[in-house]
Amino acid sequence: MPPQLTLTANIPDPDDFYEALLAAHEGLSKAESDALNARLILLLANHVGDPAILREALRQASRKPAS
Amino acid sequence: MPRIFETPIYPYQRSADQDAGARRRHKVVVVGAGPVGLVTAIDLARQGVPVIVVDENDKVSFGSRAICFAKRPLEILDRLGCGQQMVDKGVTWNLGKVFFHDREIYSFNLLPGQGHRRPAFINLQQYHFEKFLVDHIRAMQAQGAPIEIRGRNKVSAIGLHDDHVTLEIDTPEGPYNLDAEWLIACDGANSPIRKMLGLGFSGQVFQDNFLIADVVMEAEFPTERWFWFDPPFNRGQSALLHKQPDNVWRIDMQLGWDINREHELKPENIRRRLHAMLGEDAKFELEWTSIYTFRCARMERFRKGRVLFAGDSAHQVSPFGARGANSGIQDADNLAWKLRAVINGQAPEALLDSYCDEREQAADENILNSTRSTEFITPKSEISHIFRDAVLDLAEHHEFARPLVNSGRLSVPTIHDGSPLNGPDAEGLPPETRPGAPAIDAPLGEGWLLDRLGDGFRLLAIGIDVPDELAGIEVVQVAADESDALAEHWLGGAGRALYLIRPDQHVAARWLEYDRDAIAAAHERALGRQ
Repeated sequence: MPPQLTLTANIPDPDDFYEALLAAHEGLSKAESDALNARLILLLANHVGDPAILREALRQASRKPAS
Repeated sequence: MPRIFETPIYPYQRSADQDAGARRRHKVVVVGAGPVGLVTAIDLARQGVPVIVVDENDKVSFGSRAICFAKRPLEILDRLGCGQQMVDKGVTWNLGKVFFHDREIYSFNLLPGQGHRRPAFINLQQYHFEKFLVDHIRAMQAQGAPIEIRGRNKVSAIGLHDDHVTLEIDTPEGPYNLDAEWLIACDGANSPIRKMLGLGFSGQVFQDNFLIADVVMEAEFPTERWFWFDPPFNRGQSALLHKQPDNVWRIDMQLGWDINREHELKPENIRRRLHAMLGEDAKFELEWTSIYTFRCARMERFRKGRVLFAGDSAHQVSPFGARGANSGIQDADNLAWKLRAVINGQAPEALLDSYCDEREQAADENILNSTRSTEFITPKSEISHIFRDAVLDLAEHHEFARPLVNSGRLSVPTIHDGSPLNGPDAEGLPPETRPGAPAIDAPLGEGWLLDRLGDGFRLLAIGIDVPDELAGIEVVQVAADESDALAEHWLGGAGRALYLIRPDQHVAARWLEYDRDAIAAAHERALGRQ
């Protein structure tokens, strides 16, 4: 079975992570936050590396939220 | 002293065709004496196909225009016998530096792989490049080669027929007519031939202007390619600095879309921009300046009956990556042997359709690469700008982000996977020399593999004896342990291999065992005979 995008809970302490994510943006302007997000995406995408997983992540992220 | 591009080097001379009562028929007429037209003509003539090059002008390219010539085109010129002059005159560079805002964020080295005769790139003004080609034609003429250049001969009308093309040609002494069995249009991105035939050229126009300034200066800058994203001297835009021979420096500055062209082209305004970039004290002379816009476009099909299109007339790319002249020279390389085989009756006309298949594939690859570079260099939306800057910020500190930086993906040859001319592949051999790939050079004794291959069909037999004479194929026998580069690129882990090589030094098929019938069948296929 090829590696797949993990869509089950995988972050050991979700509250800690979420807090850290918001803290990283604390006090930043919109432009600075956008830049931080872009750097974060690139860092994580490189860590993943696998093109099939990246494609699947793009697909999942592109799904329109249910209205 | 007049500059090289101000002196007529193929001045108008009255030809016998102008005094002949009836219209004369010629084998091949090439329209356009630029790099692609001249290389095509040389390739045909050296194989004995008579060729006439007509050009509306009588001088080499005005200004330096194309400047980066890549390894594969240099190898093609070696095959044609005029690579060394180019390399001797050209500036060889390997190091590229990338700047963002006011700082250098990283550098890269094109480090030529060991075992190649030619560097990854040389920089050479297009006018020098063309002048060397014309000199080579003069030398060929002295040896009796059937090649002629007619300056100030402008094609004014064309008629298509089943087995020839009729041309009306304007000269300073009035028009004359001639027939050509084959016409090769190498008349540039605005190709008058393409327009006369009403053939389309579609693609994407990029809304941006770039200023090119070639300046002569004594400068301490090293022989490197410097590329700036959003530098202080050209806010929000890009810039490029590159060295050419004779202390000529190429400066390329993005200007944006809404500009006043006339204002920007005034020498005092160009000088102001250059001083901001090079320093207030810099002393330079403007050799040639121009503002260009570009599009990425191609013809749907590079052949219309007896007319073939090569170079910018068939496809146009952005300048990022040096994929214009370099791909045009590879068009010539691909076309010349096929046309010769058709003219000599060795191959059906259908072989020329493989020229279209292969070079349209290459054009698509070049357009894809150059469009991606353009998107990175000149981001078109807010979010693409954000990601672009994020890549550049990360690249300063982390190696992982550097491959994402795209200041031009420099020209490499296309591997013609899926070409109708490709024969069988053999398992276990290196992927870089699979059918459709250009031959990779390797040192052989005192010389080079590519020189041994020359420009006919060859059976490259590595570490294996070929017991037979093969019709139409010359055997090139080499030992498996002749060089490390040979083993690396041609054998991989195998102890022996056989490669059928086309006249343009592309791999047609390969095997691990000798099989006379299989080789003959692959040869037939590579000539379009099945």
